[in-house]
Amino acid sequence: MSNDRFIVVVGCGRVGSRLANKLSAAGNSLVVIDIDESTFGDLSAEFSGFRLAGDATQVALLREAKLHEADTLIATTHDDNVNLMVAQVARNIFKTPLVMARVFDPKREQVYERLGIRTVCPTSVAASLFMEALGGETSEPRERKQ
Amino acid sequence: MRVIIAGGGKALYFLGRNFASKGYEAVIVNKDPEECRRLSRQLAVEVICGDGSDEHILEQAGARRADAVLAITPKDQDNLVICQLAALQFGVPRTVALANDPDNVEIFEQLGVSAFSTTHIVGSLIEQHAALEEITNLLPVGEGRVNVTEILLPPDAPVAGKRLKDVILPENTLVAVVIRDGDPIVPRGDNDLRAGDTVVLITLPENHGAALKIITGEGS
Repeated sequence: MSNDRFIVVVGCGRVGSRLANKLSAAGNSLVVIDIDESTFGDLSAEFSGFRLAGDATQVALLREAKLHEADTLIATTHDDNVNLMVAQVARNIFKTPLVMARVFDPKREQVYERLGIRTVCPTSVAASLFMEALGGETSEPRERKQ
Repeated sequence: MRVIIAGGGKALYFLGRNFASKGYEAVIVNKDPEECRRLSRQLAVEVICGDGSDEHILEQAGARRADAVLAITPKDQDNLVICQLAALQFGVPRTVALANDPDNVEIFEQLGVSAFSTTHIVGSLIEQHAALEEITNLLPVGEGRVNVTEILLPPDAPVAGKRLKDVILPENTLVAVVIRDGDPIVPRGDNDLRAGDTVVLITLPENHGAALKIITGEGS
């Protein structure tokens, strides 16, 4: 992965701030958006990007974030619908080349994959990691020994 | 007709009441258990308590057989996702989302979801009333390419006392209905126009101003 991208991260919670810190430390240009200004406290001292407080479902704010110039948008808020809306706006209106959204609800994930939104579903990921740790590659229940 | 309305507040209550009185099969989806209890007491409609952007809840509300879904929650992102899930997962033929942020009307349309903004509607109603109080733009049709306008003919209207066939209107203009003393008439050339009549005029935007000038005598 090249480290000179312009990346917009929406949501500065645990995942968003961690991601922003790492991407910024690696040399990328970052804009982090969160509706709650106090979350910016989780950004590290090495974070050299911009902080933007506001509602990312408002196009005006995304314009202010210069999304039209961004290479990537990652939507990480704790609200699936915010992430899905912002991701679609980025993909279809700002024509952002790479758009990803965190989606907790696996059912919603499938629908939006079909709309061309790349999603990461922590619920499915955690479930399959647990399954893997249990030694079962698939989620099919195995037959019990008599 | 089966209509699912997701949202809350007074707008939802009155819509639910209105739809029920029209004989529609209305289903309300609301997140708040307390509001749900109140709505089921007040309205003769089915009330489902839950998140309308959850597929299970939409299914429970009968989305598979719904003719329309109306999403009017205070959160634009929820309204968008509710409409998209209804259309994509359940094939609901008509979905409409409220855009609380007026900028989102255009955004939603670009994402394939029909949207409206009460800010836009109220704003344009006020503008029209302020512009000329006897002229009311009823509704834009054909994505705004057709105007339907209601005009109350003032006593000094140049067309008052003339037969319709003697009124030379520009191309693409039609006097569709004349309402006289509360009775609507679909006029023919021999019908006359009188002061105090309300005229329902259909125009295309390019001839709208010219047609209004001929009928009211005022520039628009």
